Amino acid sequence: MTTKKTKSEVERPDGREFDETRPITAKVGIIPNADGSAMFSFGDTIAIAAVYGPRKMHPQHSQNPAKGTLRCNYNMLSFSVTERIKPGPSRRSMEISKITEWALEPVLMIENYSNMVIDVHIHIIQANASTRCAGINAAALALAHAGIPMRDLVSSVSIGKLDKSLVVDVSKAEEDWEEGEGATDIPITMTSHGEMTHIQLDGKISKEQLKEAVELAREATKKIYEIQKKALKETGEEK
Amino acid sequence: METSRLTAERIKQYLDEGKRFDGRKLDEFRDIEVEIGISKNAEGSVRIKMGKTEVLVGVKMDVTTPYPDSPDKGNLMVTSELLPLSSERFEIGPPKFPAIELGRVIDRMVRESKVIELEKLCIKEKEKVWNVLIDIYSINDDGNLVDAAGIGAIIALKNARVPKYDEENEKVLFGEWSNKNIPLKKEIPLSITVHRVGKNLIVDPTREEEDICETRVTIGSHEGTIHSMQKGDLGTLSIKEFGEILDLNDKVWKSTFKQIEKYLK
Repeated sequence: MTTKKTKSEVERPDGREFDETRPITAKVGIIPNADGSAMFSFGDTIAIAAVYGPRKMHPQHSQNPAKGTLRCNYNMLSFSVTERIKPGPSRRSMEISKITEWALEPVLMIENYSNMVIDVHIHIIQANASTRCAGINAAALALAHAGIPMRDLVSSVSIGKLDKSLVVDVSKAEEDWEEGEGATDIPITMTSHGEMTHIQLDGKISKEQLKEAVELAREATKKIYEIQKKALKETGEEK
Repeated sequence: METSRLTAERIKQYLDEGKRFDGRKLDEFRDIEVEIGISKNAEGSVRIKMGKTEVLVGVKMDVTTPYPDSPDKGNLMVTSELLPLSSERFEIGPPKFPAIELGRVIDRMVRESKVIELEKLCIKEKEKVWNVLIDIYSINDDGNLVDAAGIGAIIALKNARVPKYDEENEKVLFGEWSNKNIPLKKEIPLSITVHRVGKNLIVDPTREEEDICETRVTIGSHEGTIHSMQKGDLGTLSIKEFGEILDLNDKVWKSTFKQIEKYLK
């Protein structure tokens, strides 16, 4: 199952190959107070994440004796975008928070933590599209850094369709693509074994091409997974 | 975690001997690490690290109608969030008092010092003025977020560019910047907070030290001219102690300003 390495028909605004992500950096152990923390960036998109817990869930009536609760909170700093975002939760950020929980929980051995809660706080410091993917990648690293048992890691990437061509890791300029069929944005999250834990789509795409997009995401997340693994191995005394 | 009574006693004992856990003198700040331009999309942005304490401060601008009592002046707004990301003590939800106080104390330091020449930020009297929004986020709380935030606010302002403004359509072109800076006076204020523990006065406390402080005074000033002040917490101060706080503030203001001067050029 390999993707056809057809050269993209569109010229990407930043000159990347169609299957090339922006430069990725990943670092673990950036927030001393947290039980686990990490930063992850795709080019100019920078996300940080901190994990607190597992700890007792309060209030008591929210406790689940069957399994622990993963609680994610995605937020963009007011000055992370060109037009200031009013601080506080929005409908968008609440949805992404939930999507992030769904993307992460399948790999967490959360059944070990009845009546407990694991809080994951994700903040976007600088935004240039694909913020939820960067956030999920940072969160996965922070959870691993916190030492919470996981079956696997997850890696997230956005696949874009610019006019008719698929590209990996959508930037802001690509998100606003207007020529031809315009832009389609498909953020996808996968485990290192290729199980999808998250997919969203905005735009217009055929069934065949969507299958291709998923294959592209598979290849890209493999690379991201290696970077995440490397970042985790490089942690040490900092925690 | 709250600071244990045992640790508290030990800190007090140390302070009585003129010592602190991290080897600093009572009137000594931690080294201030400054990273300018942490968000390309902000007009100005900065990361301030003092030991393990870390805050991010960003400046954004937009255009709004002026307040009726200042029809020919730009607006200023300072908000702060104590992110749950930065400490297990902070929770999600509407801002609680410490976050509100932090924002307000920094707001007053900036506003009362008149460091921003707001009269130069008027586009059309009574109709259109620039709005300067300073947002403060805690990233890791190891004490003295307020002074870190004040330093961050000033450096972010100093390094901020004004966005381009399309006069014809009366619209801000977000994401494009003019070559103008925010007009600032030369007299740069800083906020310094002096804390009292027992009979000792300290500055720039760590989280543990902050926990055992009985009272604190935050002073916004420039070279001995005081523009804003706030005493916090329940402890009382004698007139003599208050005088000592003013003297200490003066001294620490100078050494702190020296530390960050190079970012204010």
